[in-house]
Amino acid sequence: MTALDEVIVKDGVDQETVDAVREVGGAYKYGWETEIEMEYAPKGLNEDIVRLISDKNEEPEWMTEWRLAAFARWKKLSEPKWAMVSYPEIDFQDQYYYARPKSMEQKPKSLDEVDPKLLETYAKLGIPLKEQMLLAGVEGAEAEAVGNRKVAVDAVFDSVSVGTTFQAELRKAGVIFCSMSEAIKEHPELVRKYLGTVVPVSDNYYATLNSAVFSDGSFVYIPPGVRCPMELSTYFRINAENTGQFERTLIIAAKGSYVSYLEGCTAPQRDVAQLHAAVVELIIEEDAEVKYSTVQNWYPGDENGKGGIYNFVTKRADCRGDRAKVMWTQVETGSAVTWKYPSCILRGNESQGEFYSIAIANNMQQADTGTKMVHLGKNTKSRIVSKGISAGKAQNTYRGLVSMHQKAKDSRNYTQCDSLLIGGNCGAHTVPYIEVKNNSSRVEHEATTSKVDDEQLFYCRQRGMDEEEAVALVVNGFCKDVLQALPMEFAMEAQQLVAISLEGSVG
Amino acid sequence: MADTQRTVEAAKTRLDSISLPYGGWTAEARAAALARLQSQGLPGRRDEYWRYTRPDTLTAATAPIAVPEQHDEDGVFDHLDALKIVFVDGVFDPQASDDLSLEGITLERLAATAEFDIHWAKPIYGILEMAGQTPVARPLASFNTAQARDGVLIDVKSTPSRPVSVIYRHKDANSDVTLHHVVKVGEGATFELLESGAAAARFNHVLEVDIADRGQFHHVRAQGPDLGCRLVTHLFTRLGTESVFKSFTLGANGLLTRNECVIELTGDDAVAHVAGAAIGDGDFHHDDTVFITHDALRCESRQVFKKVLRNGAVGVFQGKILVKKDAQKTDGYQISQSLLLDGDSQFLAKPELEIYADDVVCSHGSTSGAIDEDALFYLRARGVPVDVATDLLTLAFLAEALHEIESDSLSSAVGERLEAWLAQRRS
Repeated sequence: MTALDEVIVKDGVDQETVDAVREVGGAYKYGWETEIEMEYAPKGLNEDIVRLISDKNEEPEWMTEWRLAAFARWKKLSEPKWAMVSYPEIDFQDQYYYARPKSMEQKPKSLDEVDPKLLETYAKLGIPLKEQMLLAGVEGAEAEAVGNRKVAVDAVFDSVSVGTTFQAELRKAGVIFCSMSEAIKEHPELVRKYLGTVVPVSDNYYATLNSAVFSDGSFVYIPPGVRCPMELSTYFRINAENTGQFERTLIIAAKGSYVSYLEGCTAPQRDVAQLHAAVVELIIEEDAEVKYSTVQNWYPGDENGKGGIYNFVTKRADCRGDRAKVMWTQVETGSAVTWKYPSCILRGNESQGEFYSIAIANNMQQADTGTKMVHLGKNTKSRIVSKGISAGKAQNTYRGLVSMHQKAKDSRNYTQCDSLLIGGNCGAHTVPYIEVKNNSSRVEHEATTSKVDDEQLFYCRQRGMDEEEAVALVVNGFCKDVLQALPMEFAMEAQQLVAISLEGSVG
Repeated sequence: MADTQRTVEAAKTRLDSISLPYGGWTAEARAAALARLQSQGLPGRRDEYWRYTRPDTLTAATAPIAVPEQHDEDGVFDHLDALKIVFVDGVFDPQASDDLSLEGITLERLAATAEFDIHWAKPIYGILEMAGQTPVARPLASFNTAQARDGVLIDVKSTPSRPVSVIYRHKDANSDVTLHHVVKVGEGATFELLESGAAAARFNHVLEVDIADRGQFHHVRAQGPDLGCRLVTHLFTRLGTESVFKSFTLGANGLLTRNECVIELTGDDAVAHVAGAAIGDGDFHHDDTVFITHDALRCESRQVFKKVLRNGAVGVFQGKILVKKDAQKTDGYQISQSLLLDGDSQFLAKPELEIYADDVVCSHGSTSGAIDEDALFYLRARGVPVDVATDLLTLAFLAEALHEIESDSLSSAVGERLEAWLAQRRS
């Protein structure tokens, strides 16, 4: 990041932050490629490709029809242009929609049968699938070895899931955690009941595309009253060239259940941009809670904007039952272009939605991200905290919607979004939509600079902190809080961000 | 695309039936505006910029009927010492108006200068409007530039002794009026412009203000009360070095009001404040749309908008601060707040920031909620009837916007009128 070295940073911006951002924008650590024999579907997109993907996954007829209906719909849609991002037109016919390692032709029955090259790939990324599995075989050993913290991993490589760890142990608790393709085969009744009910097939251009061509992803079902015994995670790796990754994640938290889920993503460094269009659906029933964390570190392209991932993602949580709760946490450091708005439909009374985001854009990166909080139920609450940092020639946009419907009596929203610019060639933008249709709800949106809540400050000072310390705690405390809440298993880049503060932000 | 095509066609059909008024010095600007409008098309329901306000009654070929209301009250600024210019349904009323002469300024009517070949307002008429068309198209302003038959042209060379007060009166239920005013504030001069009254069943209003270095422009207007009227206004201004622009609008107009304000800070150290207070009851849709561009060093901008809504009234605020790359040390502030007095009213807001300079401070805030029950209880416990207490708290809520009015006498005139309207509503 030579560009940042030369930049004159304005007074008031914390040097540690500049250093941390520089570090994040430095050489991409996951840019290597796994040399492995791959099997591709023919290039391009048509009905035959959709059928072929369905066929490869050995799907039942209803699933194939579902995909074909989505594809028919997609052909009638046009690409959305409203986001503050620009990129060359995507040729949807000039890429592969399905790529899987040759060795995965016969789905391995256990990790023992998985191609060592694939296991090596994940080990290199910091996810030792094999060790996890071995530990799982030795009773009592895992808890000791990983310090009482277990994480089950579903590893997705291009279009297929390589393997899922701790499945047996999870099954004992009644938790289903498997790849989407497996779920369609093993639990069709659940998939059929919930798939597409949060993000409908026709939701938007990329979600519709995903519905037609998604190849794999993760499926989670937490039965009523179960607290998932370990954290669940999916690691998405794009490896093949000219290949789009379209994964689909479906998480169902039944009444009174709880799960914390983390996703991570990386891709090799290439000169040609690649498309990633995912759909994530969360269904949260009465009294259930889902924490969904993302550490997004797709290849961002080089400093001239060459290559990188176009990350066009639709994520939505439906709090269907009363007192359902969802928390989205995202750390966005990668991708050339990001278009992503994890949202909450607060349907149940007293349901809660939270969105915490740190988006760091370096070089030529463009991020247009935010959330939607749709309050439908009474007494619903939502909180949005978004921190955007731009450096180099990057553009970072917060775009969000808070909607209080007429029946969402006594609801509450608080939104805070701050932006920081490092250097004079980047941009920070805020586009909030606020729609209030009843008077018992309170909505507050503020994007402030150095304004510190007097009461909080007073509280800290009363307890013996000097003013500087108190301000640091109140203003900068947040970034650290969010990051500490993240499961850290494969979130090295997030740890680097702990030093970041939004002091000296522009708006 | 199909939609855009349709709206362009609709605009064309509509405009083909109208011929441009006058030749003379405005001819060029009118032709350009017409061409612009034809390429933009009229705003439609699916336009992002009209997300919260339906433009169809503003763009329809004929204005919906609005029966003029009979008010006993005088105009808000009638008692002030000002030079009065009266328009009745868009037609200049020489009897009711003062003599158009005031030391320090040149005051003319657009219609009276129509056939002149050269005029001082030529570099402004339709020019500031055109500059305000990017990045967002404002077709109704283009329409105004092309079509306006009258308006006031004011050249301020030095500070006059009193303000100019433009008074609008509405008498004809079918009136459809387009007025276009131009103000040029010379170097170091200060000028105060007042506007009041309901102008017509449908009123399309454009005001272009060019402020030279160290010039000051103060603008206070009262819209309404005339509940059946529809109104779209555009205020375009360009600010020179160390100049000041302050505009305040009191809104109690009826069915539909869309006030757009487009400000460009082009000189260093300039200051622009735009504020509004609106009270809406029942069939009331009030939209404030502001776009401020910072394109110079150390400029300050402030947007303060407050709306009190009840019985299904709808308040809209779309505000944007755009800070260009070299506009360092910008200080931008934006607040939009609504007080919803019942469960049927709505507040829809889009407070935007777009920042390309790193050494700036921009804050925007937006809140919406009901009246403070504790405060209401406090007043009621002290014997204040509930409706009086509600009005008192309403006035307190609006006070921050009223404070934006520079002149104390104007501020109190507006405050008193507001109080009177609220009291009237109570009885």
